[in-house]
Amino acid sequence: MSKEMTIHLKYWKQNGPSDPGHFEERTLDTVNEHMSFLEMLDVLNEELQLDGIDPLEFDYDCREGICGSCNLVINGQAHGPKDKTACCQLHMRNYKDGDKITIEPPRAAAFPVIKDLVVDRSAFDRIIEAGGYISVKTGSAQEANATPIEKEASDASFDYATCIGCGACVAACPNASASLFTGAKIAHLNHVPQGELERTKRVVAMVDQMKEEGFGDCSNFAECEAVCPVGISISAIAEMRRDYVKAVIS
Amino acid sequence: MPSLLKAMNSQVGRKIMTGITGVALMLFLIGHLAGNLSIFGSADAFNIYTKTLMDLGPLLYVIEAALAFLFLYHTVLGVSIWLKKRKARPQSYDTYKTKGGPSHQSLASRSMIISGSVIFIFLILHIIHFKFGAEYTTMIDGVEARDLRQLVLEEFQKTWVVIAYVFVLALTILHLSHGFWSAFTSLGMKNQNRSKKIQMTAYAFAIILMLAFIFIPLYIYFTGGQGSLITY
Repeated sequence: MSKEMTIHLKYWKQNGPSDPGHFEERTLDTVNEHMSFLEMLDVLNEELQLDGIDPLEFDYDCREGICGSCNLVINGQAHGPKDKTACCQLHMRNYKDGDKITIEPPRAAAFPVIKDLVVDRSAFDRIIEAGGYISVKTGSAQEANATPIEKEASDASFDYATCIGCGACVAACPNASASLFTGAKIAHLNHVPQGELERTKRVVAMVDQMKEEGFGDCSNFAECEAVCPVGISISAIAEMRRDYVKAVIS
Repeated sequence: MPSLLKAMNSQVGRKIMTGITGVALMLFLIGHLAGNLSIFGSADAFNIYTKTLMDLGPLLYVIEAALAFLFLYHTVLGVSIWLKKRKARPQSYDTYKTKGGPSHQSLASRSMIISGSVIFIFLILHIIHFKFGAEYTTMIDGVEARDLRQLVLEEFQKTWVVIAYVFVLALTILHLSHGFWSAFTSLGMKNQNRSKKIQMTAYAFAIILMLAFIFIPLYIYFTGGQGSLITY
């Protein structure tokens, strides 16, 4: 038997970056406990449209917790209350009948609001463009064992490569810093021989771009690690700092 | 590669410099405490310590200038990081809550700007209070020297002075308990197990160091400067 709940929603409405935006409220009486958070928002939008009101815009794609498109700040926490869980994988059974839920977009100058809860995260793309790549000739995939990599290095690289670029780190950071994202994108390449060629250039360019985009400074709050849906550790930031110092010394 | 100046002004460089200056200031605090504790030595110990410093002459000015630079640089970095955060998030959240777990958000980490500002203002008043305070004189080995000990013993019998010092020193526990761990993290500590140990060490360091500082005014106040640890 699935349970139905009444949920009181308070959500952010904003018609673009120049609109000051405001909160609206609505109560849903038929929230099934097995719904995902985004399915609950689908129900909200059905109700809104039946009443002739503009639906609430929010970002999503895979709804499987792997693409990083969804990034809502739910009751003040990026992706909501569950550890290592993207909000598309957050289910309404985590809430109680009568709960009040506040939904806001990730708030950062570098993430301007496109509409309602949808923000422009292309600042992340530009950080990657600055150095998050390797310059090798493409073509057919080479034989898998042509470049031997120690297991520890490949595991570390893969751990950092799990970053899905959702921006929860920025959303949750009291300073709106993008250090965890940038650190992860640098570290996953710097741990393997393929990334060695641009190692020093990469860290300097990506750190510069991070500042250029208007993200804040890191104050070692480590809140980014707490909200990261894939559990990337702040050791990524430490590695970025080490690599940066090495780049300056070299 | 970036010039040293550009690197020091990058977001990574600024954090590293905050860490380096922070570590230097913590080392200074240890030295400062060691000097302060000489008040419990022989009748002349504290004044010999201050005289030794004064006798350094021009070298003392160099040390003082370096310390002033460290404090100012650390403060400027801290304030500018705080100011930039307002620019990076012009609109704050209606509701904001830490997720706990590995997060280091705490009263200490969120109030660094407040504790830091109070410490900075205190520092200026503290220098005026003692360095430029009343000039008593004493004789050490037949040579006239400043009797700073007399001033310290007098001042720490005033209730408002003791309350102010204890308040600021307690606030410094808060500042150091995050600052100690944060400095290591800024300087590239990445091992998570070590990180937990460093945080525990940070609490111990902050509490032990500051309680030792706090003990001095409290002891003088409650014993009226006549306690058995004070030799005349």
